[in-house]
Amino acid sequence: MNIFVDMFITFFKLGLVSFGGGYAMIPLIQKEVENHHWLSMSQFTDMIAVSAMAPGPIATNTATILGYKIAGLPGALDACLAVSLPSLLLILIIGQLFIKYQNHPIVKAAFYGLRPTIVGIIAYAAIKFAISNGIIGGSNFIDVKSSIILVAAFIVLIRTKLHPAYLIILSGIVGIILF
Amino acid sequence: MEKKKINYKLMFELFMTFFKISPITFGGGFAMIPIMEEELVNKKKWIGKEEIVDVFAVSQSVPGAIAVNSATFVGYQIGGIPGALASLLGIVIPTFGIIIVLGALLASFQHNIHVQAALQGIRPVVVALIASAAYKMSKVSLVDKICFTLCAVCILVLLLFKSLNLILVILLGAFIGVIVVKVKMLNQVVSQKKVRGEKL
Repeated sequence: MNIFVDMFITFFKLGLVSFGGGYAMIPLIQKEVENHHWLSMSQFTDMIAVSAMAPGPIATNTATILGYKIAGLPGALDACLAVSLPSLLLILIIGQLFIKYQNHPIVKAAFYGLRPTIVGIIAYAAIKFAISNGIIGGSNFIDVKSSIILVAAFIVLIRTKLHPAYLIILSGIVGIILF
Repeated sequence: MEKKKINYKLMFELFMTFFKISPITFGGGFAMIPIMEEELVNKKKWIGKEEIVDVFAVSQSVPGAIAVNSATFVGYQIGGIPGALASLLGIVIPTFGIIIVLGALLASFQHNIHVQAALQGIRPVVVALIASAAYKMSKVSLVDKICFTLCAVCILVLLLFKSLNLILVILLGAFIGVIVVKVKMLNQVVSQKKVRGEKL
């Protein structure tokens, strides 16, 4: 299939089901990247780093930079459009309805089950990224330096409101010193 | 809600408002909420305080990026479909430009040994970012033991069966939610009847 059509369908589909915003979309995108053999996992991890550093929504950022990597500027436009279009359509079609029915018992019940599932999927993504970047489960089982950075960053992220961009820049400097 | 007459001036104003908000909001959707509120409710007075709460609630529930959803929805409330489009473009275009520049920079420098080393330091932070997103979301989502179990089972199943379709897993989660709540309600009815029965 044409790469642009393929990318468009893929990102449109992801845009339609990514409940929970940006980070919830990452595992979905990751799966597609793997299935389509678009990039290696470490390349994809670098793209997420750039997306998290840049302003704006993580979801559109990741889609855009991925599209750019795969097929240049037209690819970026294609992916960005495809991932944003479902938002527009959903808001136009069900936005008003949703205001009315957001407290309906069935809607509430669905979200009651949906939210823990999303948390599970994101947690799974974190484990998966740790493995495929050789932080855990690699030749040494645990890569000590990377694991220390991971744990330290995690603590900073959940305890403080420091913006991820600073953390990414800082860890880049630490990386240059350590590796 | 007061719907203004759709005109190009308003469309341009909507576009510019989100165009300005977009590049200064690092960290995506949640970071954008207070800034949008200040700009749209307090400064422009386009939308009421209660209405915007609804907008944000829906934007977080509907799939997609929260920031994009909120902008589109606010635009729609204020200026109908053209308003939604203008706002969507306003929020997407600036970050699109920035990310392309960063992507090009990464592509041209990624083979440099120092950049390689820096990236090796950055990758664990990306894992931490994803993990912290899960952690923060779990604080509001895992409200009881059933949620905890569902989440744990979900992680385990995904680790064991690597080829599972995530979209199906998400839909299954929603379905389980509906079933669990139904069963809970039935149990309540039964136990209420029992209580009443004993008293009689």
